[in-house]
Amino acid sequence: MTETSTRMNEEQIAEAINSKFTQGITSIEIAPRRIFLTISKDIILPLCTKMKDELGFEHVSSVCGVDTKTAFQTVYHISSYQNKVVAEIVVENISYDQPEVESITPLWGGANWHERETYDMFGIRFLNHPKMERLLLADDFMFFPMRKDYVVGRRVP
Amino acid sequence: MDLSLSPHAIAMTAKEFQEMAKDMVLGLARNPMLKKPIDGLTAPIWAWGQRNAIYPLHFGVACCALEMAAASACRWDAERLGMIYRSSPRQSDVLLVNGWISQKLRPSLRRLYEQMPEPKWVVAMGECAISGGPWYDAYNVIQGLDTFIPVDIYIPGCPPRPEAMIDGFMKLNRKITAEQKGTFLD
Amino acid sequence: MTEMWVNMGPQHPMTHGLWNLRVKIDGEIITDATPVIGYLHRGWEKMVEARDFKQIIPLADRLCYGSSLTWSHLYVRTIEELMDVDVPERAQWIRVITLEMQRISSHLMWLAAVGTDLGSYTIFLYCMRERELFLDLMTNLTGARMTYNYVRIGGVRNDLPPNFERDTLRVLKLFEERMKEYEALCDRTTSFRVRMEDVGMLTPADAMNLGVTGPNMRGSKIDFDIRRDDPYETYDQVDFEVCVEDTCDSFARYRVRMREMEVSCDIIRQALKKLRDGPVRVKAPNNAPSGSAFFHVEDPRGEGLMYAIGDGTNQPYRLKVRSPIFVSVSATPVMLIGEKMADVPAIMGSIDMCLGETDR
Repeated sequence: MTETSTRMNEEQIAEAINSKFTQGITSIEIAPRRIFLTISKDIILPLCTKMKDELGFEHVSSVCGVDTKTAFQTVYHISSYQNKVVAEIVVENISYDQPEVESITPLWGGANWHERETYDMFGIRFLNHPKMERLLLADDFMFFPMRKDYVVGRRVP
Repeated sequence: MDLSLSPHAIAMTAKEFQEMAKDMVLGLARNPMLKKPIDGLTAPIWAWGQRNAIYPLHFGVACCALEMAAASACRWDAERLGMIYRSSPRQSDVLLVNGWISQKLRPSLRRLYEQMPEPKWVVAMGECAISGGPWYDAYNVIQGLDTFIPVDIYIPGCPPRPEAMIDGFMKLNRKITAEQKGTFLD
Repeated sequence: MTEMWVNMGPQHPMTHGLWNLRVKIDGEIITDATPVIGYLHRGWEKMVEARDFKQIIPLADRLCYGSSLTWSHLYVRTIEELMDVDVPERAQWIRVITLEMQRISSHLMWLAAVGTDLGSYTIFLYCMRERELFLDLMTNLTGARMTYNYVRIGGVRNDLPPNFERDTLRVLKLFEERMKEYEALCDRTTSFRVRMEDVGMLTPADAMNLGVTGPNMRGSKIDFDIRRDDPYETYDQVDFEVCVEDTCDSFARYRVRMREMEVSCDIIRQALKKLRDGPVRVKAPNNAPSGSAFFHVEDPRGEGLMYAIGDGTNQPYRLKVRSPIFVSVSATPVMLIGEKMADVPAIMGSIDMCLGETDR
């Protein structure tokens, strides 16, 4: 449990992000070892580039999609081994008509299959992804099962 | 059956003799008068061989595959009952399906079943293979193996203990003994 | 020479589980590889949206059957984070003990599988023999052999049975003696070492960038363990070593797991000493508040993460599972390219595949 003095804590990271991006960030919250960000979809790629290059976030834990019944969200969990911080980034308001968002696979190879799975389940297209195809389901599957308008079982509305 | 050449067997070449012997045996076996008594005599022998050397296909799907592995390990030692897992469907007698079957797996599983030589048996192990189990409302799970492959033995449990699996195979033994599927030269 | 694609799977003795590895070979050398998964996909994340929070616990057990308790624990811990439930300390210690037992039995299952892959049936038999001991302890505690359904939102289901501590210490003593047999069978055997050493190289930079976690990552010289660096339950009160190896090959990943089993024995001993009397379960609410929560734990295979969104009802609005093997499989082409075809079982075996959590 030795934490070196070079470790950036959550406030410093949040401050660094907040000063760089004046537009696009809806909210920033911090908790011990956690940062919660809500952003618009325009700044996802510059934000992630900064996080990777300057703030020491080496590892993408997960990428997932959420259907809020009015629009899509994509949620990223990106963690830093040297700072021991996990950042949760929620990209809001991806429209139903054009579900597209920039891919972060060129930065972190670990996001590759997560983004393919999100496309598989929600139909959200990630731009500049090397292989945007179905992953878990068969290629001829007719629908995107995780969307809320596809009803399975006895979910109470 | 042509027995007229039999006295000349001593003067035949090896190839001619082989052909003659083969014709003779096949003719005997296909003769409806003789086939039934021969099968009646030999079928118990085939059944004895089949039931004491059940070779299931080495095909681990899901949770029950770990119990399948545990059953073949030291505490239960299923090998003493002749259950040896073979990796190729061409060499196995029993298709042991131990897990849920997704839409993507279904064509492969059907092909595996068809690749196995007759006589063959199918054992559905665990709730998922029997009826879909806990995934009863999932969009990608086939609700039961018996919707597309004939199943002989069901082993319920989620997952069944190794004892239950061995008991299922003992039931299969009794079924093989009773069915007497094997026929002579057919 | 002409190149060709070879399908290894879905039914192949090398695959532990059900998946398909397409490799492109030039003679004996692998020039490209594509893992194909999805044969066990059952729509777990969609299904749980139609279940109560309590009904999901046994389903979470069936995510990864090799280490089912870690997954139900991860699920329960995420929901506790969402509902803001505090767990009594005794329950936390019991969770630590059971999690470490689960880690040992999962690693033993892995070693058994690798043993058969590398042609040593003895390793399989030895590992399954010791795994039964730990399964017996868990059966005594929870009543099931593999899918325990033991962790509850707000604690654990029941307290330890009588004589649990005595039995556990006996099993640990026996197990540590038998670990020496494994080392004689693996580390000091040429056939094992020749097949495992210097194959499946994964550089630290690749491991970090491709998102490989857990023992596979620690075999690549990266010193990170969520149990130490982002402690959950009572891991911050336990003193343990994080096993790191620096040769980056299949053998390093094997060594990390072997050392982790010893460390787990040590953690169980410390936890049993620190166990105090008290309640093991508190009452948890039925409905989750609106909001989201995530939690990540050190699964035997890597970093497991769940992300839950509640909407005020007793069912989750969205539950995302991050499976460690899902990402590690996507990184396997890096390890495979340039190796010989015959090394594929040794490399893929050292990843510790579990397809139930990968496909979900």
